[in-house]
Amino acid sequence: MELTVDKDLENATLTVTATFAHPLEKVWELYADPRKMERWWGPPTHPATVVRHELTPGGTVHYFMTSPEGEQFHGIWRVLSVEPHVGFTADDFFADAEGTPVEGMPTTHMDYRFEATDGGARMVCVSRYDTTEELQKTLEMGMEEGLAGAMGQMEAVLAEG
Amino acid sequence: MDRLFHALADATRRDILRRSVDGELSVSRLAADYPMSFAAVQKHVAVLEQVGLVTKVRRGRELLVRSEPEALRRAREALDQLEEAWRGRIQRMSALLDED
Repeated sequence: MELTVDKDLENATLTVTATFAHPLEKVWELYADPRKMERWWGPPTHPATVVRHELTPGGTVHYFMTSPEGEQFHGIWRVLSVEPHVGFTADDFFADAEGTPVEGMPTTHMDYRFEATDGGARMVCVSRYDTTEELQKTLEMGMEEGLAGAMGQMEAVLAEG
Repeated sequence: MDRLFHALADATRRDILRRSVDGELSVSRLAADYPMSFAAVQKHVAVLEQVGLVTKVRRGRELLVRSEPEALRRAREALDQLEEAWRGRIQRMSALLDED
């Protein structure tokens, strides 16, 4: 497996390119099969559960992640376009338990592309925010959702003065 | 992330960071207040600069040290956090594919 991550601060965009030594169909299934998706979407401390999964144009994917304390963090994708085994675009929102987007929270614009390579498949995931302010807000959410490892430590160091 | 943590794990560097908020001090002015050589302070500034916590801004003949605006720093942190999250996801995807 090969992985590169490109961070573009100016455009509030993160691009992840991963090449797997596995067939394109299998890589696509990681998204297309909700049972597979819930095994990688959330970090081990905050596993994901997918409660609704419509990977079709206009469809909704509703998931939640559960913290070690049992707290649930919901999110939904509004799926914009899908071309099986080629790619899809979707907007990812923070949501309440009913799957309704929470106002004032950042939206992640996702554009995922897939292609076969010699001996495997490449996936390019672009996550984009409208502004760097939107991007900043994900920081606080990430802390709650266990996405951040060392970040909390750093805040502690700063607080010590 | 480790580099950022390392950069902040030193009292002199945290002090430099605080004093550079207004961006009015040059390295020599900063250095005058520490019981260490100019070169040592310059090195501390370089560590902060490498992780993007300060930038050097030229004004006339002086090179002033300015800490990056908090907002920009937080945006950068957010990207680091997203990177970390995605690295984890790709690892889990890879493990899942291997298992299949």
